Amino acid sequence: MDKVIELTNVNKIYGTVVQTQVLFDLNLSFEKESFNSIIGQSGSGKSTLLNIIGTLDKATSGEVIINGVNTKSLSKNNLAKLRNKTLGFIFQFHYLLPEFTALENVLMPYRINNEKVTKEVLARADELLDLVGLSSVKNNLAVNMSGGQQQRTAIARALMNQPEIILADEPTGNLDSDTTEQVYELLREINKKYKTTFIIITHDRRIAEKADRIIEIKDGKVYVDVSKTV
Amino acid sequence: MISLKIALRFLKSSKAQTFLIVLGISVGVSVQVFIGSLIQGLQKDLVDSTIGNSSQVTVVNVDDNAYIEDYMTLSMQIEDSNEDIENLTYSLNTPGTLIYNSTTEPVLLRGMELNTVDGIYDLSGKVTSGRMPSADYEIIIGTSLFDKFNLSIGDNVLLQVPLIGETSLTIVGTYDFNVSTINDLWIISNITTAQTILNSGDVVSNIEMQVKDVFMANEIAVDLQEVVANSNYNITDWETSNAELLSALTAQSSSSYLIQVFVTISVILGITSVLAITVIQKSRQIGILKAMGIKDSQASLIFLSEGFILGIFGAIGGVLLGLGLAFTFSTFALDANGEPVIALFIDPTFILISALVAVFSASTASIIPARKSSKLSVMEVIKNG
Repeated sequence: MDKVIELTNVNKIYGTVVQTQVLFDLNLSFEKESFNSIIGQSGSGKSTLLNIIGTLDKATSGEVIINGVNTKSLSKNNLAKLRNKTLGFIFQFHYLLPEFTALENVLMPYRINNEKVTKEVLARADELLDLVGLSSVKNNLAVNMSGGQQQRTAIARALMNQPEIILADEPTGNLDSDTTEQVYELLREINKKYKTTFIIITHDRRIAEKADRIIEIKDGKVYVDVSKTV
Repeated sequence: MISLKIALRFLKSSKAQTFLIVLGISVGVSVQVFIGSLIQGLQKDLVDSTIGNSSQVTVVNVDDNAYIEDYMTLSMQIEDSNEDIENLTYSLNTPGTLIYNSTTEPVLLRGMELNTVDGIYDLSGKVTSGRMPSADYEIIIGTSLFDKFNLSIGDNVLLQVPLIGETSLTIVGTYDFNVSTINDLWIISNITTAQTILNSGDVVSNIEMQVKDVFMANEIAVDLQEVVANSNYNITDWETSNAELLSALTAQSSSSYLIQVFVTISVILGITSVLAITVIQKSRQIGILKAMGIKDSQASLIFLSEGFILGIFGAIGGVLLGLGLAFTFSTFALDANGEPVIALFIDPTFILISALVAVFSASTASIIPARKSSKLSVMEVIKNG
């Protein structure tokens, strides 16, 4: 299968005076339409890895190729465009814009392109909100929703521009176990329905085991990398 | 235009803060509008009362005792030479002594061209009793002099002119210029009366005129010297003869500019600091927008838009507040006669400029926060949760 993300010899060093190396010569690739989980203890470098894949952070050395494009050569504006079109983010703290309603939050990635919101686009946003089960509260301000609803809104938002890759950092980190279960079911469903590649960080082994592939990061290196045979 | 939409929503979501910034800008603009209108009104008032009813450019003979003979042609030449010249008139003057019963007072007989005198002096409007002179040997005199001599309308008085002799003149009215030196000194007749008394022939002492823009008087006077082309004639203007008044007016203008500059600076500082705080308040939102792919320029534009919107509302509020202040001031701050202490001068251009300066300052003030937001790193926001 095609590789949608390729990392070669990625190193990440923080600090200039006191240098801390977080990632050591990482070589990883992810296949299209796959559902991957990254586990590891806190401080292992898994979040740093996800942020580098998401172009939010820059590798100190090494190459990050997303969808065939080497991110090293991209300008800040082109990186922003890449994030907008190709990547969807789901963070632990849902990070909705509290000033906007659920529907407006979902539409935001689309509107960032300064394109007009057409009927079709609005229909897609509605469909996504329906998918995450939030049709009834779509006109609520983000602050007037429960934690689970906010996280599901964030998922719908991540899907708005039909990205090829969704990066999720502890997406259920502050949700109760029932909601956690629902959210994972939802992500799996999306993975099947839209053929979206998922890379999910979690420290919950039970959740990780539901993924097609589990990568464990330890001390900035790939410690375990197992794939379920289909 | 997503930046503008986000900016509007940010402003709307923190109404109290937005209101306070707008109020801050409004107060600044209103002070500017009010002080500006006050000082301009003051200047106009001062200029009007000082030189509004007097000759602003005057042609006289270099020799105090000599006259202007070709005044008719000269007047026409002057009027044709410059469009800014208006209210041209001429007069023949002579000092003398006014005698009635046993009282004597030094006076200045002003033989005026009664058809054109009102342009400068509004003489008809200043007549307080009786009427304007219409025939030879008729005069009007100042109210104070009238009272001093204990005269009645229709009385005859004697005017003694040195080296000439005494002439009998009939009082047909009184005037009040509101200036005691004029009221005490001038007795006004038609021009032929003065010419007959002086036995001078058809001459005048001076040609007087006003100019459309009083601050152009000096320039016009210099130009006229060439038009007149006669070195015996001297051209004076109010700006040269009232240098002190002129420097007072200039000082007033500069103090007004100074106030406006400081008001603008304080508006800029206020907006910059508040917007800088807003960037920190909204750093989470900016961070997530950047993760979603908003460009740095779009992120900056959010704060520039905020500055612009705040500027617009602040300017509108400020102009309304300033005009309200001006209106209150001119309605309630009255002098003994029930007239406003200072007549404010509402200049729409000035108000528009003040408003535009506010919008511009507010937008400029948002540049620093805008740059800050553009530099904001997503990582910082995500790490700090």
